[in-house]
Amino acid sequence: MKAQHDVEQFLYKQSELLDTKQWQKWIDLFTPDGVYWMPPDASYKTWDGQPAIFAEDKNLMTVRMLRVLHPDAWSQRPLWETNHVVSNVSIRKENKNGDVEVTSRFHMMELRRDDVRHFAGSYMHRLKKTKKGYAIQLQRVDMTNAQAAYDYVLQVWV
Amino acid sequence: MPQERIPNFARMVEPDRVRKEVYTDAQIFEREMERIHETVWIYCGHESQVPRAGDYCTVQIGRQPMILVRGKNGKVNVLYNRCPHRGNMICGDREGNTGEQFRCSYHAWTFQLDGRLKNIPMKSAYEGTRYQAKGGKDNPDCSIKKAARVENYRGFVFASLASDGPSLKEFLGKSIVAFDDMCDRAPAGEVEVVPNCFRVIQHSNWKLFLENQLDALHPSVVHQSTGRAAHEVEKILAKKARGGAAPLSYHMLSAFATVTIDKWDDFQTLNYPYGHCILTGYMGLRPQDPDTLAYDKVMIKAYGKKRFEQIVGVNIHHVLVYPGLSVQSPLQQLRAVRPLGVDRTLTEIWHFRLKGAPEAIYRRSLAYYNLVNSPATLINADDLENFWKCHQGLSSDGGDWVSLARHHGRDIEKNGVVSSGPKMGTSEAPMRNQMKAWAKFMQV
Repeated sequence: MKAQHDVEQFLYKQSELLDTKQWQKWIDLFTPDGVYWMPPDASYKTWDGQPAIFAEDKNLMTVRMLRVLHPDAWSQRPLWETNHVVSNVSIRKENKNGDVEVTSRFHMMELRRDDVRHFAGSYMHRLKKTKKGYAIQLQRVDMTNAQAAYDYVLQVWV
Repeated sequence: MPQERIPNFARMVEPDRVRKEVYTDAQIFEREMERIHETVWIYCGHESQVPRAGDYCTVQIGRQPMILVRGKNGKVNVLYNRCPHRGNMICGDREGNTGEQFRCSYHAWTFQLDGRLKNIPMKSAYEGTRYQAKGGKDNPDCSIKKAARVENYRGFVFASLASDGPSLKEFLGKSIVAFDDMCDRAPAGEVEVVPNCFRVIQHSNWKLFLENQLDALHPSVVHQSTGRAAHEVEKILAKKARGGAAPLSYHMLSAFATVTIDKWDDFQTLNYPYGHCILTGYMGLRPQDPDTLAYDKVMIKAYGKKRFEQIVGVNIHHVLVYPGLSVQSPLQQLRAVRPLGVDRTLTEIWHFRLKGAPEAIYRRSLAYYNLVNSPATLINADDLENFWKCHQGLSSDGGDWVSLARHHGRDIEKNGVVSSGPKMGTSEAPMRNQMKAWAKFMQV
């Protein structure tokens, strides 16, 4: 029960960091070799050597963060906000050392200028138990509408 | 469009400027679809997308929904996605395998993979009608209509919906180098598709996308944020590598900021009949890193030293095949532009694998595909923002013209090829060339 509660709190914190645009703190949630991965569809087994919507280690995450923070990131100049809701949190595997594999469902509403978009899907987090709490080794994001044509694009992590 | 309402297209295009309606008028868009996209050769797909008989994918040519399908005899056919009975679409999915036949989901008419009728249920009910298959299975009234012409160049399949016109090779002219350059860089001399298509919609006219592709001035302005960000991280990684280099993918991104405008001017634009254009420049893809050296070895073994030097010496940054294809052959990326409406355009983005090349070379261009061309692109996002803004501004009464004047009057014409002048790589010559071709297509 304790692990379930801790994992839920961790996932809520992660989405809160995105919605409040605390990019560096969000990146800090990952282990040094952590990867954020969004495959083009659910059939993909690995991010390595494959087409991917996102397949970012911490270095690439830093590029994305620095770009979004640059005053001439034109696409991010107009008003944009997101709102994540995370639910259906389920621990799939729990190792003796406390590492866990967790699945959950998310829904993200995005406001961009005057337009609202919706993205939804599932997360799979592989979390490492550290002294400071959980750290993300792999976050897989399967978006329900990943294969649909993108009306405009994604600029930050979902 | 009734005759009296056809605007004088020649007067909409001047040597150094274009009327704004060319980008915003819905009637002009309809005529473009008729006179350009539904007439000239349009890229449908690569044959490796449909390796087995019955494999199909759907594709839009102008306003026409089409099916690309591998026939039983191995030939790739391009058919209208329409049942001859009630007009129902035959294939509702983007891709799949239809087995030995197409079967309409409405009244179960069946067709061969080349479109010819196979069977109509309740055949006797059609006796004495025009649909009676008296012409045998070839009765066109009972068959799926085919594209007027289909040609395949080194695996790249094109169709033309007009029965007359130049052959594919005549139409492509020098822009055919896009496919030669891509295939020749493979030790096996051919490429295969990486089975994933990234699809992105932009809120603007299709021509803005094509014009932007060879606009060598825009990267330094538009993509500064990503270039700088990648450069920051690249420096840190190079330092950590102790004299080594950061992965090449960082350089591909940082180049957007570190390649200054005068360096872009060192490149050249080459402009051809039918609106095709090339931007030269090679993006530093011949470094002396171990991956490249290993690739060079395989290539020399396949082609011999002399031919190898010719192949990797081809100096191309980007080829634009008018009116709907943008090819970065050294990185094996291909973007097909599908107009959806006067203010809506779909780009379908593909990556190809060089057959016989080491895995590391595939991964190098894959990194570019993911970072630049995925729906989480670090580059195209800012282009899309500009396209939307362009469409908003062009729809206003704030002005009537779009300027194409950069380095106008300094183009050099020789043997039918127009090149930008020396040190004028940022010239708007490609836009002028595209509009010249456009006016010619539209006036016919």
